[in-house]
Amino acid sequence: MSDTPILTITGLRAKVADEDIDILTGLDLTLQPGEIHAIMGPNGSGKSTLAKVLAGHPDYEVTAGEIVFQGTSIHDLEPDERARAGVFLAFQYPAEVPGVSIANFLRAALQARLEKDEEVDLFDFQDLLLERMELLDMDPSFAERPVNDGFSGGEKKRNEILQMAVLRPALALMDETDSGLDIDALQIVAHGVNTLRAENPEMTILLITHYQRLLNYIKPDVVHVMVNGRIVRSGGPEVALELEEQGYADWKTQEVVPA
Amino acid sequence: MPENELVEGFGLDEYQYGFVDEEAHVFRTRPGLDEDIVRQISKHKDEPEWMLEFRLKALKIYESKPMPNWGGNLSDLEATLDEIYFYVKPQDQMERSWDDVPDNIKNTFEKLGIPEAEQKLLAGVGAQYESEMVYHSLKEEWSSKGVIFDSIEDGLKNHPELFREHFATVVPTADNKFAALNSAVWSGGSFVYIPKGVELETPLQAYFRVNQERMGQFERTLIILDEGAHAHYIEGCTAPVYSTDSFHSGVIEIILKQDSRFRYTTIQNWSNNMYNLVTQRAVVEQNATMEWLDGNLGSKLTMKYPSCYLVGEGAHGEIMSIAYASDGQHQDTGGKVVHVAPNTTSSIISKSISKGSGRSSYRGLCKVYEGATNARSNVECDALLINETSRTDTYPYIEIEEKSASVGHEATVSKVGDAQLFYLMSRGLSQEEAMALIVRGFIEPIAKELPLEYAVELNRLIELEMEGSVG
Repeated sequence: MSDTPILTITGLRAKVADEDIDILTGLDLTLQPGEIHAIMGPNGSGKSTLAKVLAGHPDYEVTAGEIVFQGTSIHDLEPDERARAGVFLAFQYPAEVPGVSIANFLRAALQARLEKDEEVDLFDFQDLLLERMELLDMDPSFAERPVNDGFSGGEKKRNEILQMAVLRPALALMDETDSGLDIDALQIVAHGVNTLRAENPEMTILLITHYQRLLNYIKPDVVHVMVNGRIVRSGGPEVALELEEQGYADWKTQEVVPA
Repeated sequence: MPENELVEGFGLDEYQYGFVDEEAHVFRTRPGLDEDIVRQISKHKDEPEWMLEFRLKALKIYESKPMPNWGGNLSDLEATLDEIYFYVKPQDQMERSWDDVPDNIKNTFEKLGIPEAEQKLLAGVGAQYESEMVYHSLKEEWSSKGVIFDSIEDGLKNHPELFREHFATVVPTADNKFAALNSAVWSGGSFVYIPKGVELETPLQAYFRVNQERMGQFERTLIILDEGAHAHYIEGCTAPVYSTDSFHSGVIEIILKQDSRFRYTTIQNWSNNMYNLVTQRAVVEQNATMEWLDGNLGSKLTMKYPSCYLVGEGAHGEIMSIAYASDGQHQDTGGKVVHVAPNTTSSIISKSISKGSGRSSYRGLCKVYEGATNARSNVECDALLINETSRTDTYPYIEIEEKSASVGHEATVSKVGDAQLFYLMSRGLSQEEAMALIVRGFIEPIAKELPLEYAVELNRLIELEMEGSVG
């Protein structure tokens, strides 16, 4: 492992912009390049908030602490600047964009990464898209469909993985990617993530999940337990198995009594 | 006359084609309108007596009709009309070949991309510069098929009987105040006749351009499709930016005989001080199909409702429109379908976008007369609001006299959503790029019907319009 972390979060506190109470309450987290970390926690623990804050969602405000991505603070960066720097958020609930095909959307996303006077070559793009879809065992006609418009839950998540495959982020944040998926869809999505990871072992992944079952398919290096806006335990894959057996109840109780 | 003043402080958000050529006109009337002006116009065009009589009668009707008190705000228009030139003739004769077109006019066309368009096989370019056709070409094979694609003036001169038989039969002089005005002072426009059974695959294309400050443009177009004929006509408009109000009031009349099929495509991008009041209407006979594809950008106020009168059994009418209202603009647009005969069908799809203080109104009429049995009509109007200050209204008028008719109406209003914006931005698109993509997606069902280069142009215009939409 390299000594320079790709992501370092220290003492992070954050809240919904027009509310008073912090949802993240002093969170520390360090990810080395190529690692897969899982954050598990009960509903309301702040898992999804963490994902949105990292991606720069305008509804959230950082009140303390620091997020350093690839050696630079991203505090002042807009969501699009973070994306172009290499952060990718796979959404729990991806938005629909009627009338815009996945292919056109991805072309616009790649175009946004170029200088003003440069243009995405249409043929190169087609080749790239087809190659990426083949890698993920996807039918090329999928890219002609309007972004998430009328998609099933599984299709939406596959679309997120396809975007990840084309945009090749340095850091992928996967927010409850497993929610709402049946076992078949879950396996397909997990297979996609594993394929991308095998292709690019440097890609760092932060999995945010409520359930252990996703971790049967995507093996994390480190598992964190998050309760009330901070990490309360970190360890190997065994942590997930413990949680599976014992649930979050113990951790919640423990949190009531300050350490 | 005042100096040409370009409106200050516009980026491309305001107007892309705001260049001004040195004016080179041979003759123009004094500002304002009276009987003498109308006589001068007719004399200069060397018209037959009946047309002069027609114009003079139209002038009386125009003067007798009050300004419309519905639609947009026309309160400043009366004063504007006193100041504009109703007729400007830039050149003495029609030009046949591109080489003969004067350089400054050619420059204008080049800035608009006309020659390239022609090179791309968009044959049959008839471009209107100010009030006359100055450049006009028609493929030889079309001539051999008997297709007529002339300036409206040449149509009157060279095909007097065909002209007189159909002229003002679709839009009668007394139809509305501005149709009457156009009938009095019309100048320029196209005359098209497609003979029986002739199917044209390449679109007929005209480009309109108003270049002179305070000049009204009153183009008149008459298109006749004989039985079983098929054709597509494309008209695009751009006007340069001037500081005083400008005025455009065209009349388009289309006659579709039995089994014919026609599409009329317009993308109008007027400068934002323009009043654009247009009457465009088609009479659709038995089993014929009329399609209006109408895009309205720019202008101060546009009032425009392409219409289909379905008078023959099994006739079909379709109106697809896009309106884009930016700051200070009002697009009052929509469509009218009138079912007169049995088994007639129609559909209206209207998409409007309002940005900043822009206002778009959908105004539509669906009328089914008694005896138009089994008439079917469907109206869908969707509005997209970009900012909190943007406004949209819907005025659907539905008049059904026939019990067996089936009429559907669906209206939606949506806002560019924060969730959509964040999603697109999280993929690296700037907020403006994200907005433009959402708008492009919104109009896609209609934009995909456009010829490719027009769709590309429209997308580009919308991207330019989105600059400065944020914050």
